[in-house]
Amino acid sequence: MKQIVANMAGTVINILVNEGDEVQAGADVVMLESMKMEVPVAAEVSGKVTAIKVNISDFVNEGDILIELEG
Amino acid sequence: MEIRTVLIANRGEIARRIIRTCKAKGIRTIAVYSEADATMPFVREADTAVLIGPPPVAQSYLNMETILQAAKEHGADAIHPGYGLLSENGRFARRCAEEGMIFIGPRPEVMEDMGAKIRARSKMIEAGVPVVPGYNGNILDAEEACRVAAEIGYPVMLKASAGGGGIGMQICRDDEEVRKAFQSAKGRAKAYFGNDDMFIEKYIDNPHHIEVQIAGDEHGRIVHLFERECSIQRRHQKVIEESPSPFLDETTRGLICDAAVRAAQAVEYTGVGTVEFIMDGNKEFFFLEMNTRLQVEHPVTEAVTGLDLVELQLTIAEGKALPFTQEDITQQGHAMELRIYAEDPVTFMPSPGTISRYEQPEGEGIRIDDAVESGSVITPFYDPMIGKLIVSGNTRAEVIARAEDALAQYAIEGIKTNISMLSEVLGDEEFAAGIYTTQFVQQMKRMTNK
Repeated sequence: MKQIVANMAGTVINILVNEGDEVQAGADVVMLESMKMEVPVAAEVSGKVTAIKVNISDFVNEGDILIELEG
Repeated sequence: MEIRTVLIANRGEIARRIIRTCKAKGIRTIAVYSEADATMPFVREADTAVLIGPPPVAQSYLNMETILQAAKEHGADAIHPGYGLLSENGRFARRCAEEGMIFIGPRPEVMEDMGAKIRARSKMIEAGVPVVPGYNGNILDAEEACRVAAEIGYPVMLKASAGGGGIGMQICRDDEEVRKAFQSAKGRAKAYFGNDDMFIEKYIDNPHHIEVQIAGDEHGRIVHLFERECSIQRRHQKVIEESPSPFLDETTRGLICDAAVRAAQAVEYTGVGTVEFIMDGNKEFFFLEMNTRLQVEHPVTEAVTGLDLVELQLTIAEGKALPFTQEDITQQGHAMELRIYAEDPVTFMPSPGTISRYEQPEGEGIRIDDAVESGSVITPFYDPMIGKLIVSGNTRAEVIARAEDALAQYAIEGIKTNISMLSEVLGDEEFAAGIYTTQFVQQMKRMTNK
């Protein structure tokens, strides 16, 4: 299992994938807002989304798990 | 009415800036702060500080009723909104008046007219102020947007009527780009501003962003305090501002300052404000928007005119006449503001964290307006600007030399800052020659990446 973690502290403003989606490495999966700026979080590796660990408007810290992938 | 106690409905460097002028005038200050800001310098420096809620702005700095409650409890007779946050909120200004307090800013209806970009454009057209060629009405869907764009001619800029700070703005070069961009820009406008009215303007390639500071009193006098050149931007946000603009000649300066005064007269403006223009390579200029508040970059104007704009705001808010006429105001020497951001100097991604070491420059012609000190925590909740370096001198070359020296003196550790990027701009030959447009930072990055 692979994990996609927050690249910085911020608020989740959008989730761009659904469970079961195949994502490609480099694709944006979550949008955070930090310091009044939209910060995209991209998948570092390709895989199938098995779990989405956050909800829109959740506050996350750097390193928090956002999404789990398999494949 | 004389103002004796001011509540500052803001945070960071601008709260400290307002406190300084209030102290000098013997006015008592009340700071309001969120849980994230409890140890920030502005909280200590105010005469009274009131905790208003948790870190997110919606629950603290945008919470009108809590702020008004604090103002009443602590005897404020005026509220200074700073910039951003509630500063252009007509409803807040009305609520202040209902509670018998002065809102330091223009009348609420003026803020609302200027805040709605479609309405502001119409007002300016009536007043004979040039606006960017475009379509005034609210554009309902992508197909209508394509029709309007065809009439104006590509490239066009798709904009949110309620927008600001670059959000909900999109350059489109053909129908396909309009179709792709329209829904997402509309959606973002709805999410950010609660209003998704859209309009279209001709896109001006390689423009300058030049703005004019104005001030108006309640006795009908409106003056300009000259221009600021604000073309050094990243992500549609200003990074370096200067006055005078190296791009303007005397004739154009006269024309643009006159246009700004006409714009302010058209809405019977009271208070300090800024009329923003976009200028093409032929020095033809067009009204962009009016900011009905103090600007981040106001110290540039203070440095070249010798005026204190916060003091001016207080004077106007007390109903007094401006203490000078247009002829009394001169633009002397040169000044530049460099914004220090907690962000990666290459990607411009924000960099929250704890500042483990903070040393600021000193020297002739150096002014620092900042928000932080060693040990301050930069949280993800607010704007990444941690301070402003304002440099003045007799000539532009002297200012650049002083600014380079000042940047080299900064020691900020624990977070990333854009200081190296600012040094890179100052060291650029074209910048030194005063030749630059709003595309400068992107072009500089492209050169560096090669």
